[in-house]
Amino acid sequence: VTAGPGPAAVAAWPDPKALWYLDRAAGLVLLVLLTVAVALGQASVRYGGRPGRDRRLPRFLAVDLHRNAALLGLSLLAVHVGTAVADDFVDITVVDAVLPFGSPYRPVWLSAGTLALDLLVAVAVTTALRRRLGPAGWRVVHRSGLAAWALAVGHGLGTGSDIRRPWVLALVFGCVAVVGAATVLRLQSAPGLSRGLRAAACLLVLTAPLVTAGWLRAGPLQADWGHPAGTPAPAGGHR
Amino acid sequence: VTGTRLRVDWVRCGGHLSCADLLPELIGVDEWGYPVPAPGPVPPDLLRLARRARSDCPRLALRLTPGDGADARRVPSGT
Repeated sequence: VTAGPGPAAVAAWPDPKALWYLDRAAGLVLLVLLTVAVALGQASVRYGGRPGRDRRLPRFLAVDLHRNAALLGLSLLAVHVGTAVADDFVDITVVDAVLPFGSPYRPVWLSAGTLALDLLVAVAVTTALRRRLGPAGWRVVHRSGLAAWALAVGHGLGTGSDIRRPWVLALVFGCVAVVGAATVLRLQSAPGLSRGLRAAACLLVLTAPLVTAGWLRAGPLQADWGHPAGTPAPAGGHR
Repeated sequence: VTGTRLRVDWVRCGGHLSCADLLPELIGVDEWGYPVPAPGPVPPDLLRLARRARSDCPRLALRLTPGDGADARRVPSGT
């Protein structure tokens, strides 16, 4: 019933793109929560130790905030996936959300998110069953949380919906800086690694953002990224 | 569940004292910074906190064991 241009035309509710916007917003907040959870988890290895000796991180940060950020992240992950599936703009089914390479929409980058989801669910389930698994088995799976975080960053950058907004780019690189610093610190307290291996890992962590920045310039930051990323024709109108 | 007791697996314990933070009513600290669980049974009103302390131990070193055979069915041994 809206006639002509002006505020009345803008006020259409529900906005047909509301789910799509919610999906993207949830993804961004999710990245921040995962960053907090991963960085605190890594920091607690070095700074969450014995009180009065090597503990510099109080328990409410090392344990409680780590856990709460992760759990809140999981519920936002449900929103992020749920809105992506419910939204009509892109063809993503429930199966595509769990199994990689099912959807035609930017398949590589969507699958990075899918794999991150699978790893995060594995981390959550093994933590719930931690007493049955024992510390060693739990630790092996829990470490894949870092891989899930990296896949999530790749998913966000590669899908590239909002990445040409400067503040989003700044937010993502802020998250990368936080987890990068936490990872370098974490590697310092990895007695199982030789000095050379540790240096190589640190170098990898420090150069990864530079390589990523170069790739961003050539890829997702270009105006026509939707085409090489694999956007099906009917859904190509928005990003 | 009367008769449930706290036990520390000393091979696993790393002295993080998470248990002493969460359950100061029953877990003290010795002069080397390791937990000292109270020897008696866990009072029923502290069982919930005791389970929390058990699951939050970073090394999974705190255990709740049945004090006598009568409680063996309700509390799995060794966990």
